[in-house]
Order: sequence, then structure tokens, then C-alpha cells
Amino acid sequence: MTAKTASSYKIKHQYSAGFIVWTIFKYFTLILVSFTSVLPIVSCVITAFKSKTEYQNTNVMQLPTVWKFSNFAEAFKMANMGRAFLNSLIILIFVIIGSILLGTSLAFALNRFKFVGNGLIRNLFTFAALLPGIAMQVSTYSIMSSLHLINHLYGYNILMMGTDVISIYIFIQYYENLPISLDESAILDGTNYFQIYWHILLPLLKPAIVTCIILKGANTYNEYYCAHLYLQKPELCTVAISLYTFTGPMGNQYNYICAGVIISLLPALIVFLLCQDQIYNGIAAGAVKG
Amino acid sequence: MMSGMTTTEPTKKSFWKSRRGQQVAVIIAFTVIPVFLLLLFTYFPFAEMVKFSFYKMRYVGKRVFVGWANYKELFTRDDISGSLILCLYYMVGAIVQTFLALYFASILSMKVKCGKLFKGCIFFPYLINGIAIGFIFKFFYTRGYVLDTVLHAFGIPLSSLPYWLKDKAINNWSLVYSSVWRYMGQNMVLFIGSIMSIDSSLYEAAALDGANGWQKFKYIILPGIKTIFTLNIILFITGSLSAFEAPYVITGGNNGTGTFFVIMDKVAHTSQKVGLASAMAVFLLCIIFLATILQKIFFKYFFRNANADDESLEAKKEKKKAAKASAGIARKGGMQA
Repeated sequence: MTAKTASSYKIKHQYSAGFIVWTIFKYFTLILVSFTSVLPIVSCVITAFKSKTEYQNTNVMQLPTVWKFSNFAEAFKMANMGRAFLNSLIILIFVIIGSILLGTSLAFALNRFKFVGNGLIRNLFTFAALLPGIAMQVSTYSIMSSLHLINHLYGYNILMMGTDVISIYIFIQYYENLPISLDESAILDGTNYFQIYWHILLPLLKPAIVTCIILKGANTYNEYYCAHLYLQKPELCTVAISLYTFTGPMGNQYNYICAGVIISLLPALIVFLLCQDQIYNGIAAGAVKG
Repeated sequence: MMSGMTTTEPTKKSFWKSRRGQQVAVIIAFTVIPVFLLLLFTYFPFAEMVKFSFYKMRYVGKRVFVGWANYKELFTRDDISGSLILCLYYMVGAIVQTFLALYFASILSMKVKCGKLFKGCIFFPYLINGIAIGFIFKFFYTRGYVLDTVLHAFGIPLSSLPYWLKDKAINNWSLVYSSVWRYMGQNMVLFIGSIMSIDSSLYEAAALDGANGWQKFKYIILPGIKTIFTLNIILFITGSLSAFEAPYVITGGNNGTGTFFVIMDKVAHTSQKVGLASAMAVFLLCIIFLATILQKIFFKYFFRNANADDESLEAKKEKKKAAKASAGIARKGGMQA
């Protein structure tokens, strides 16, 4: 044993028995977990292309003999997904712009100025992160209804904008890395604080903003619990909620359901393929809040 | 826009044009809306919820003060007290998930063929919306569909397989699996992030010293991600107590899969017993606060130790460097000879 370890130290990248076994094991586990990750989605894709008779009579994992692309158009029409995509897009635009503006400006005030209540505001936000959102909806619902914000896109937008703690953390952290001397020299040049925020710091904040757009965008696009509480009219439904159409009488037509599911996750897939690295960075940055 | 004199002669100008005045204006302008929204949608509902929990009420209609009756009902209703036990399933799931995530994160942060592809496959489920997850897993677990087909292909007869979502002996594990499936990749990306933030010179030093993968893991990666790993472990408690999505979208909480929040959602929005639901929410929030306070205390203790460890590690490194530097020339000479 000792001789073996000694030799593996000397020629560390040679193929010792242990190294080969480990490599095989490593790739085996990687392939296994990737397979299990992808399996539920792949089976959905396969079924989405099958006709009703074929899906009822063949094995789930068997490729369709005739690829029925019309299922997607059919599912899109059934669940009124055109409208749903429009609603989701409107919500995304408002929520992202709103929460970025609110988040960057609040973080600017909290990071750049000492004032009475600075620490209090930070603590209020930290503490709010502890409260599970679902529990809060029990009473938020009654507030939303007394403010007449239920069944209006703007009501839902305001709710989604107001409760973002993670992006504020990311922004504060990012501001900390931007030196105060930037502000000071700008003040000597005669700019005011609002201009400093808007013209000098905001452009420098771009990486953090991109991170937050992705995180907030994914969360907003996938959010369904508040959407189904506060957007109950069918013409207000978001993409996630529109999938609900497939429960009830259509509960067993899995070829259409799968098509709908695939349509609903296409935007997420496209964004994921285009900016994987930003998404990974965003996830890591969002965790720093602890 | 502004004369440069404002900063030097603040007393002569009005307060709002002085530098301090501007600061106050910006502070007010920039904090009022977010803080108002925070109060309106978080703290005001929170206060209302505590108040509601002492009433028998619906969202509309009259309210009757009932004192602690709602809280007493929490412990007398079987579905509510029984649902708390389900959090143990999710806790086990969370532990398995964290260790799997740690394993794959440490593999994928080293050199692996097709690493990006593997990472993407494992992570992508995190980006799927909850309702779609519900359908995907209903389909996945339905008798004779995806899971049964795959198991059948491995030679397990269909008759020996349970009904994954109906059988009470197994359905909670099925749901826990779907939750691990969904969140493991996100967890892994977190770990990869903190592994990547470890000083790369440590790896180089380790490579020079001839460390193998396991040693790198044990002496570099593990200490480097200790903080986030502990954080994750502690979040299990609150996370599994508030488990909600998997049962809500896949089984709707039927057949004994209703976790505390799923039952709470039903009580609040289906049977409209807002008082009871508020009491449930307040009760769980109290547990979560308690867990958080314990975690803070634990963390304080843990971090003091961790910092001490780091310092000694730092000191050791320094010593090692010094020793290397002094011995370097001699060793080189020795090796060449």
C-alpha cells in the first residue's frame, strides 16, 4: 500500500487502478444524474408529439411514428397561451423595471448616506426575508382586496415589485465596491446626487443589474401562487397559470398537456441556453445574502 | 445646473440647496416607496395576521373575537397536527440533496469532459415553473407511464410496483424526490460558485505538493465552502417546515401528502377559515423564528471557531511558505542531484 501511494504521488496523472475506477465511477454518476434530470422532460417532449391513439397505445418512451407538430398549435389555442404570453410579458417588463429602479435607488441611499433609520431599514428588509411568502398571503389577500388590487395586472405588478430582498442585497454589495471618491469628484464638478446615481453609478452597476434581471425575471415568469390568487380572471392569466386549463375535463389528454408544458418552458430554456453563465453567477450572488 | 458655491456657502442658500439638504431629499425620495411597499405588503399583513388569528372570520363578513380558540384547534384537528410530521420527509430529502449537490459540485468544479453539458442538465429543472413541474410529475408517476416504463425496462415487473402518488407508504417520498430533482441543481451551482471563489493559488500549491483529488477536496474545498454548507444545513429546518410546492402542484395534498402550508392554503382559500389559517401561519412563523434564533446563536459559536481555525490555517500557511522558501534552494539542489 505504501509503495503504491508513493508511486501515485510521483506520477500523479498516470493511470493507476484507483484513478481508473474513480474516473469510471465519476462519469457513471454524472451520466446517471443527468439522465434522471432529463428523463421527465424528455418523456414529456416525446409525448407532446404523439397523436391521441398513439399515445394511448404505445410505450411512453417510444418515439412517435408520426411527429404531430399540430399538438403544439392545438395546446396553444386551448390554453389561450397567446394572451398568457402577452400578460407575462407585460408583467415581466413592469416588474423588472420597477424592482431594478426601486432596488438600485434604495441601495444607493442605504450605502452612500448615513442617516437615522438606515440600520432599521436594512433590518426590516432582512427580517422580511425570513417570512415565508405563502404564509403571508393569508392576510395579504385581505389587504389586496380592500385596496381593490385583485384582478388587475397593476395590482399584481405592485405586489411583485415590493417584495424583493435579494436584489437589494446584491445592489448594496455592488455599491460597496464602487469608491466614494467617484461621487466626491462628481460633486466638485457640480453634479447633484440624483445625477450621480443616474449618470455615474447606474451604468457602473450594469453587471449587478443583469444578474437581477435574470433572477427576478425567472422568478416572475415562474411565479404562480400569487398569480392564481390575484389574477383570477381567465384573460389575466400568466403563462404558468394558463397551464391550469389542462386540469379538469382535459386532465387525461397528456399529449396536449405535455405540449403546453413544453411551450411554457421554452422561454426559460432559450434564456438559459443564451446566458448560462450569468444565471449561474446570479444564483451564486443571490446566496451571499445568507 | 448648480453653482459650485453651494457647498462652500451653505448657510446663505436655502436648506434644500445645501449639500446636506440635497442628501436629505435624495434619502427621502429613494427610500419612501420601497419602505412603503415593504410595510404595506409585509409588515402590515403580518400585524393583520396576528390580529386575525384571534378571530373567527372569513375574508368578507363579520368577525367574532374568539381568543385562543384558533390556536387550540391547531392541536385538536388531526389533519393539521399530522401534517407537521411530514416535514421529516422533506428534511431527509434536503440532507440527501445537499450531499448530492456537494458531490457533483466538487466533481464539476474540477476538470471533467462535457462538464458544461452535465451542469446544464442537472441545473435546468430549477428554471421550470411550478405548474409545469406538477404536470410533468403527475405524468412521470402515473401507473404505466414514465417511471414504471423505465423500471420495467430494468426487469422489474409492473405488478410489484406501487402507485407512486396514491400509496401512502411511498407517496411522500415520491414528492420529496421531485423536490430534490428540482432544487439539487441550484444547490450544486451555489456550491460550485463558492468553490470557484476559493483562492486558486491553493490548488496550485496542492498540485505542487502532489495532492490527489480526495486530498484537494478534504483540505481545500471542504474548508472553503464550510460557511455556505453550514448555512444550507441549517436552512433545512425552515425549508422543510415550509415545504409547499411539490405536494401543492402534484397531488394537491391528497392521500396524506398535505404539508402544513398546503393545509393552510386550503383552510384559508378554500374553506375561508381565515382566523384558523392565520393562527397556523403565526404558529409556524414562531417555530421558524425560534429556529432562526437558535441558528444565529449556533452560528456565532461556530463562526468564532471557524475564524480561529482560519487564523491558525493562515498561520500554518505562512509558516509553510517560510519553511518552503528557506528549504527551497536546498531542496532544488537536492532533487537535481
